[in-house]
Amino acid sequence: MPLGAGEASMTTDAMTKMKEADQRDYTASELLAVMSGRLLKDGQVVFAGVGIPLLAATLAQRLHGPGLTILFEGGTIGAFVVPGELPPSTNEQRCTRRANMVLSSTDVLLLLQRGYVDIGFMGGAQIDQYGNLNSSFIGDPANPTIRLPGTGGGNDISSLTQMIVAMKHEKRRFVANVDFITSPGFVHGGSSRKDSGLLAGGMYRVVTDLAIMGFDENSKRMKVLALHPGVSVDQVQANTGFELLVDKNVVTTEPPSERELAVLRHLDPEKLYTA
Amino acid sequence: MIEPYLELRRKTAERDRSLREKVMTLEEATKLVEDGDQVGIGGSTLSRTPIAMIWALIRAGKKGLTCMRSITSNEGELLFATGACNHIITSWFSHGIVWGVSRVMRHYTESNKARFDEWSHMAMGMRFRAGGMGVPFLPMRSMLGSDVIKLRPEVREIECPFTGERLVLIPALNPDVALIHVQRCDAYGNAQMDGLQFMDIDLAMAAKRVILTTERVVSNDQIRRRPDHTKIPFFTVDAVVEVPFGCAPHECYGVYEPFFKHHDYYAGLVKKDPIKGISEYLDHYFYGPRNWAEYLSLLGTEEMLDAARRGRSIHDD
Repeated sequence: MPLGAGEASMTTDAMTKMKEADQRDYTASELLAVMSGRLLKDGQVVFAGVGIPLLAATLAQRLHGPGLTILFEGGTIGAFVVPGELPPSTNEQRCTRRANMVLSSTDVLLLLQRGYVDIGFMGGAQIDQYGNLNSSFIGDPANPTIRLPGTGGGNDISSLTQMIVAMKHEKRRFVANVDFITSPGFVHGGSSRKDSGLLAGGMYRVVTDLAIMGFDENSKRMKVLALHPGVSVDQVQANTGFELLVDKNVVTTEPPSERELAVLRHLDPEKLYTA
Repeated sequence: MIEPYLELRRKTAERDRSLREKVMTLEEATKLVEDGDQVGIGGSTLSRTPIAMIWALIRAGKKGLTCMRSITSNEGELLFATGACNHIITSWFSHGIVWGVSRVMRHYTESNKARFDEWSHMAMGMRFRAGGMGVPFLPMRSMLGSDVIKLRPEVREIECPFTGERLVLIPALNPDVALIHVQRCDAYGNAQMDGLQFMDIDLAMAAKRVILTTERVVSNDQIRRRPDHTKIPFFTVDAVVEVPFGCAPHECYGVYEPFFKHHDYYAGLVKKDPIKGISEYLDHYFYGPRNWAEYLSLLGTEEMLDAARRGRSIHDD
């Protein structure tokens, strides 16, 4: 677990908790998949990206959401991914197993715009205090340090529906302002998202290996809502490159159950997404 | 940038749209692509990528193409590395998430040796659809508020004349030529596609020429027995090339899955050294073989059978 950065500011109690946490028998990615999967409700229509989102949505479908409808940008409606046969992207035949329908990718993306999708679910390379995601450029876009692969469907999903983002909690990934807004969250906070013409959707939750965050109703700044077992607010803050708001009633999440981990490992036995 | 409507109509009118046989070889089909052309590429990521046609275009020494695809995988790396293409218009460009961020894409784009224009995935769809509809643009609600739109001087933001809402107008794409691989078609080019269609139907309608590669050429009688399975009509098609395993090492739905071991090998090669690695790969797999069959034998029977077994397994349930 990449928890080291928070140690300096920790109390003895927190240190003890962390040592316990180090002994837990799941990876950060597995924790992410379990925690984000729990946020999906049976009966919802969820548009999932490849990696942890695909896996977490499939986990939710197998555990508590048999009526969860999973959409992939390749054109799949109602995916039912076969355990151990995870696709390399959301565009291969593995995405269509036992699906209800396949559409063109344009038409499945248009379902977002029409309003048929409850939740968009994605991973993220870099996020900021307003939930904007960057998957395009590190550094100046005109002369980037790193050219990243780009938006794919990310921009469309985050522009048109409520979003859950699952990502590793690291200071270099949680920055005050992203270098480039690939997939808009609340843009510059306040009403700026709506003002820019994005009338629907917005960031709902950010799930990391340390905590679950939401966004303040007015300022639209990121806010800690829940901590994973053995994690302190200080530790979350120490791994974040901007000041986090903290909810008055921060709760602690239940650790992943044996059943959750067993089903997850059955789905991804080769740890393709959960290494 | 947007083809004037009557010009587009004139070019369509000039095409021989009669019910005629148009089966030819890969090498013959390369003559339908000119240096500098705009080339629309069918499929998405590792799926139904027209690898055989791209392989043939690279071998024919094509230069300066502008390629457009919904999502671009390592075929984009190969196109950049050979100079066949110096401009890619797409929504996402890397080999695949399981292999990390493409060092080849990074090398060419970060040093401005080649251009990668980023559009949202739906915007790519709107571009091909508008092109296929014969209209100059389509309105859309994403890309607003982002920096993606700031890098796209090609689009316009407007206030809707009906509702006053802000909309983005996405300009049409009518590529000079489209490369599309399908499971089967007849000698006229009536194409039947199984599984995910991606943007291929719009792409075929939008393009000024279409080169169809196919796993099998079937009889026109067979097409007529199931016309509901025909997704691309013959009169949009200019060339039909029968190429078994024409997407290898990518996937063709229901026929073969990606050749995963080969992808791991390729990713390892370009990770070590993007330039030397891809050049070694091109020499061995693209420039070395005498023909497509020899290329397939380099990929290996074992891998091919494994990919085919996995590909066909979707028909087992």
